[in-house]
Amino acid sequence: MSTFDITNPVILREIIMDHYSNPRNKKEIDDPSFILVHMDSASCIDDIYIQVKIVNNIIKKIYWHGEGCAISTASTSIMSELVINKSVEEAKNIIHNFYNMLESKEFDHDLLDEAICFINVNRQPSRITCANISYRGLEKVFEKL
Amino acid sequence: MLDVKDIRKDFPMYSLHNNEYEAKPLHYLDNAATSFKPSVVINKINEYYNNYSANTKRSDYSLAYKIDQEFEEARKIVASFINANIDEVAFTSGATMSLNEIAYSLLYELKEGDEIILSYNEHASNVLPWYNIAKMKRCKIVFAPSDKKGVITPNNLSKVITKITKVVSLASVTNVLGVRQPIKELVKITHNNNALFVCDGAQEAPHHKIDVKDTNVDFLALSSHKMVGPTGVGLLYVKKEVQNKIWPFIYGGEMNSRFDSSLSVSLKEFPFSFEAGTQNIAGILGFAEACKYLNNIGLEEIEKHEKSLKTYAIKQLKEMKNIILYNDFNDSGIITFNVKDIHAQDVATYLSSNNVFIRSGNHCAKLLPEVLNVNSTCRASLYLYNDYSDIDALVSSLKKSGDFLDVYF
Repeated sequence: MSTFDITNPVILREIIMDHYSNPRNKKEIDDPSFILVHMDSASCIDDIYIQVKIVNNIIKKIYWHGEGCAISTASTSIMSELVINKSVEEAKNIIHNFYNMLESKEFDHDLLDEAICFINVNRQPSRITCANISYRGLEKVFEKL
Repeated sequence: MLDVKDIRKDFPMYSLHNNEYEAKPLHYLDNAATSFKPSVVINKINEYYNNYSANTKRSDYSLAYKIDQEFEEARKIVASFINANIDEVAFTSGATMSLNEIAYSLLYELKEGDEIILSYNEHASNVLPWYNIAKMKRCKIVFAPSDKKGVITPNNLSKVITKITKVVSLASVTNVLGVRQPIKELVKITHNNNALFVCDGAQEAPHHKIDVKDTNVDFLALSSHKMVGPTGVGLLYVKKEVQNKIWPFIYGGEMNSRFDSSLSVSLKEFPFSFEAGTQNIAGILGFAEACKYLNNIGLEEIEKHEKSLKTYAIKQLKEMKNIILYNDFNDSGIITFNVKDIHAQDVATYLSSNNVFIRSGNHCAKLLPEVLNVNSTCRASLYLYNDYSDIDALVSSLKKSGDFLDVYF
C-alpha cells in the first residue's frame, strides 16, 4: 500500500503544493538523443514540453519544461519521478492505472504512489485534461519509438 | 443603477438557477464570452418555428410572404441599432464569420506587397483571417503599437500607416482589457491614406451605442450572442461607398440573379450577395428582438450600470495585496486580473466552486502576452443583469483563494 493515507485531504494537498512549488525534473536540455513532445492543450494555457531519453527500452532520463496550472505542473512533476528507470511497458501500465483512477475505476495504488493525490480531480471535470497532460505526452513519446 | 431585480425577471437563466433548489446563487461574470437571453428573444425564436416556419426570399405563398416581411423588418431594426442604412447590413453566423467575409471579400482588392495593419490586442478572429489573406496574396501584416493602457493612439497609427497600407483592422473595444480605441480619429487617418477601416465591434455593441455614420468605418462586424441575442447570428456592415470593392466569399442560392453553363454569373446587390443559402431565420428574428430589448433599457443606462459595478469592484480589489489588476484604469465592464502566485485557471476553477463564473486563459488574444508579459489572466466581465452581490461574491471568494486546491478534496 501507499506510504501515506489517501483519505487525508491535507496530505494529498501537500503533495500537490510541494510539486507545484518545487517541480522535479523541470529543465530544458539541448540533446537530440532525447525524444521531445510538445503538449499544448487547445482549451487552456498549459504548454508543456517533455523530453525523454530511452535506452534499451528503459526510461533513463525525463525532463520537462513549459507553463502550466497547479494541477498540470504538479502532475507532470510526479509523473517524471514515477516513470524514471521503468521500462516502456511498466510506464504504459502506470499510465493505464492513472487513467483508470481519473475515471474512478479500479487501479493499483502502489504503482501510482504520489500521483494518487489527483484521485478527486474529476470533481472538476474540466481539469482532468490538466492532470493527464503529461501522461498523454508520454504516450506520444512512445509512439515515436 | 438599473433595477437588476426587475431585469433578472426577464432572463430565465436567473429564474431557473436562483431558486430554493439551488444551494448557491448564480454569479455569472463571463459576459464578454457570451450573454444570457431574455424571454422576449427566446419567445421570438419559438414564434418563428411555431407560427410561420417557411423559407425567405424564394416562395410566393402567403406564409412565406409573412416571414419575408419579418426578415426585412429584422434587418431594419439591426441596421438602425448601429445607425446604418438597410442596404448596408448583411446577416452572418457571427463576428468571426463577418471578419472572415470581410477579409476574403477583399481578395481581389489586395495585391502583393500591400500592408494590413492590426494590433497586438486583437482577438484571433481579427488576426487569423488576415494572416491567411496575407499568405495568399503575399501582403504584409504590420502591428500598430499601443500605449501603456492598450490604446492605439492616432499618433501611433500615423507612425505605421503608409501609402501601401490597404486595410486597418481593429477592435473598437478590445476583448481582454476592454480598451476603447479612438475609432473616429483612427478612421480619419486611415482614409487620409486611402486605406479601408475594418472595425471589430463585438465587444462594443452590447454596451455602447455604435454609430457607423459618426465613426465612418468602412466595415463592421458584431455578434448577436454577446448582446442578449441568440448564438449563430451576426452582422456584417459594409458602407455603401465601398461596396464596389468587395466580392462575395460564399456562393449559393439566393445570392445570384442568374448563371449559365458558360460560367457567366450575375450576382445580386449587397447585402443579398452576401447571404447565400437559407439564413438562420429564427436567430435573425431573435437578434432583432435583442436589439429592441437593449434599446428599451438603453445602452447608456447599461454602460453606466457596468461602470458603477466596476468602480465598486476595483475599489475592493485594489485593497487586496495579492491581486494584480491589468485594466483598472478604463471604464469598460471588463476586469482583468491575476491572483499572485496562483495560476489563472486554478483561480477560475476555485471561483466556480463558489458559483462565481469567470474566464481564465488568454481569451483568444494570443498576441497580447507579447506586450502584457503574462501568459494568462482572469477576466470578469459585467452586464446589465449583474449587481453588487456578484461583485461581493467575487471579492469574498478571491479573499479565500489561497485555499484554491480545496475544490479537489
